[in-house]
Amino acid sequence: MTARTLLGLAFAGLVLIALAALPFFAGPYAVTLMIGMTGYVVLATAWGLFSGPTRYVSLATVAFFGIGAYTVGVLSETLPYPLVLLVAALIGLAVALVVGLSTLRLAGVYFVIFTFGLAELIRQVVTWYEVNVTGTLGRYIFLPVTPEGIYWQLLALAAATFLISWGIGRTRWGLALKVIGDDEVVASHCGIDITRLKLALFATSAVIITLVGAIQAPRWTYIEPSIVFNPTISFLTLIMALLGGADRLWGPLLGAIPLFLLFEWLSANFPNHYPIILGLVFIAIVFLLPKGVLAALESRLGKGGAK
Amino acid sequence: MSELLALTGLTKRFGGLTAVNAVSFSLERGEVVGLLGPNGSGKTTVLNMISGFLPPTGGRITLNGDAISGLGPNHIAKMGVARTFQLVRALPSLTVAENVIAALAFGRQKLWDAVARDAALHHLSAVGLAGRADQPAGSLTYIDQKRMELARALAAEPELLLLDEWLAGLNPTELKTGIDLILSLKDRGITVLLVEHVMDAIRALCGRSIVMNAGRKIADGPTAETLKDPEVVRAYLGDGHV
Amino acid sequence: MLVTAVLSGLVLGGTYALLAMGLTLQYGIARIMNLAYGETIIAAAFLAYVLFTGSSVNPVLGLLAAVPLGFAFGYFVYGLMMRPLVRRARSRENLEIDSILATFGLLFVLQGVMLVLFGSNYTSYSYLNVGVNVLGTNIAANRLLAFLLAIVLGGGLYLLLTRTLWGTALRAVAVSPGSAPLVGIDVDRAARFAFAIGGALAAAGGVAISMYQTFTATAGVVFTMKALIVVIMGGVGNVLGALLSGLMLGLVETFVATYLDPGLTLAATYLIFLAILLWRPAGLFGRAAR
Repeated sequence: MTARTLLGLAFAGLVLIALAALPFFAGPYAVTLMIGMTGYVVLATAWGLFSGPTRYVSLATVAFFGIGAYTVGVLSETLPYPLVLLVAALIGLAVALVVGLSTLRLAGVYFVIFTFGLAELIRQVVTWYEVNVTGTLGRYIFLPVTPEGIYWQLLALAAATFLISWGIGRTRWGLALKVIGDDEVVASHCGIDITRLKLALFATSAVIITLVGAIQAPRWTYIEPSIVFNPTISFLTLIMALLGGADRLWGPLLGAIPLFLLFEWLSANFPNHYPIILGLVFIAIVFLLPKGVLAALESRLGKGGAK
Repeated sequence: MSELLALTGLTKRFGGLTAVNAVSFSLERGEVVGLLGPNGSGKTTVLNMISGFLPPTGGRITLNGDAISGLGPNHIAKMGVARTFQLVRALPSLTVAENVIAALAFGRQKLWDAVARDAALHHLSAVGLAGRADQPAGSLTYIDQKRMELARALAAEPELLLLDEWLAGLNPTELKTGIDLILSLKDRGITVLLVEHVMDAIRALCGRSIVMNAGRKIADGPTAETLKDPEVVRAYLGDGHV
Repeated sequence: MLVTAVLSGLVLGGTYALLAMGLTLQYGIARIMNLAYGETIIAAAFLAYVLFTGSSVNPVLGLLAAVPLGFAFGYFVYGLMMRPLVRRARSRENLEIDSILATFGLLFVLQGVMLVLFGSNYTSYSYLNVGVNVLGTNIAANRLLAFLLAIVLGGGLYLLLTRTLWGTALRAVAVSPGSAPLVGIDVDRAARFAFAIGGALAAAGGVAISMYQTFTATAGVVFTMKALIVVIMGGVGNVLGALLSGLMLGLVETFVATYLDPGLTLAATYLIFLAILLWRPAGLFGRAAR
């Protein structure tokens, strides 16, 4: 490791400690805000972990998020909390492997639609199961987890996600992803097992997303399919990652923080017009910053330097 | 000499079109063989099936006696087959060195870090690209991209190298360098199967040639003889010239 | 029971076929995967509702307002939103992803506008809600009318596409957008028209749906999905395939609702969809692509 990476790691560590200390200085509202923001930072970064290098646009975020939340809802009274999280992660992993094995050969638009349909399918099945088998639609979650506890867990998950994302970039798998991004035919002729790599990445991303759902679940106290499988979550994650630039380590973070704050402000002040503004922001991003803020900045700086 | 590659009754159909029709031949270890034929005769399709890019519709391919037909390109690459492409395929957003390291890191040797970089520089200088390692691959000229593609293929330390019109589009000086380069591979004991239209190169490089027409093999033997074969002449020039 | 299920399945399927034909034109010819398609449908349904309850205009006459509006809406959306994306797209894949993202945004805008205007309640009105005896089963007249509309509009579109020069030009663009200009076809114009016709068909479908179903401002997504399923089942750009698959989907849904559980129709729909994407992505009637 060079001195520069060590310095960078040390700095990241300090930032992490500062963020973790926040609840001791700020009020409960700040903690609530930080839970939401950290949650979306992790979601967007995990989304970018898979979709950035592979350029598969996944709308299945909420499918895994909901699986995580529902697992906690179902198991919170029967298993100790850490085990519940583990089971949620395993279910997310299993679903991701099955879905990945069957869908990663679908190209472009079909993958988008498949993942969109998948989230809806899981929601419909859970709803049907709850109504017909359990007899109740919603579930209550009573767990002795404080908001600070949720915040710290999310922060730890965020740190882990960044470490994974950063670590992959430094190994040969990072190079493999760049090769795949340029030309899949060359990649496979170099001996890269494209399917396995994509699957591993999809599964990693899905497990992280599942954990976000599981960790955030106790905040709701009451959950039902329409809350935890709300497609807006997939939508927000996607738009945040796109705004920042999904193919860069810090891109999703840069997109998630301003957009989360914007949406938070919008939903508090314009609850009725919220979806309209959301849609307009989204369209604006697609038109003006198709590759994300970071790429736009770089190309502008690059042009400036050339002059 | 022992047999390295054998094709038995290899067939590829695209819908109603039979692009390759029951082609059989084998390559001895260390041979440099030309695969010739008019455009559309199925040569590239044969290469694509050997490298695993296309699954055969029928027939069998063996490498060192092991069946490889139907395996994916990543498996076949690891068994010692490397190739270049008819239309050069550089990885434009990577550097020249990274293009070569891609083959080193996932091929048979699994090299990484400084070792991989050293090996990449070695392969690059062997094809005349010394000092260009850190340029973006997209900035290379066409001929340099071809060189880099060859370096990438050689970095995999292949037993069998498939060259798809690698000499096409070179000027006379470059052609001579290119031919010398391939001859040096022969000295290293690498078996080469090359699809080529440049006749001078074929005469200079290939002791043996296989000729295809309309998906079938129509001749197979010493290059000088196959090129005189009446059926080969007819395939290239039409009936009136026999 | 079986006859009832078959008949009501076909009637429902007629509407699905109509909806899918619009989407297959938009995706097959204009190359735009329009995720906001269902919102156009719902908007037309609300229009029919407002006309009927507000000024007692019957829905068939409502079509005369909805269809041109749908056409105009499609025409403007293509010109304002899609054309810039088409121009900057480097490949078809790029355009598809860009158009999905842009129309995903549009979905939220349209849905938001309808939520502001109409709230999130279930909406319906009663028009021709009398039973008609068909083959010994009682079917609501409004459903039969919706079916008839689907057949007339769908059949008309099919004839238009296959029998006129203009339709042939559209199909040429669907098959090969790269070479259509070589024979003098203005691809941009053809795409814009196809997108606009798609909007008109969505509007017609929305009016038909409003006659016999309850709908909400947020139900658009479900209709987009159903139309998409039918499009992919029938093969992208294949109008006849969309017609047949639409009828099939109607039958499947009705059978699941009749013999299994009405709560499972949506799940069954998605399951069919996922299965087709996996095993026959080129459609039930299409050949494998490339």
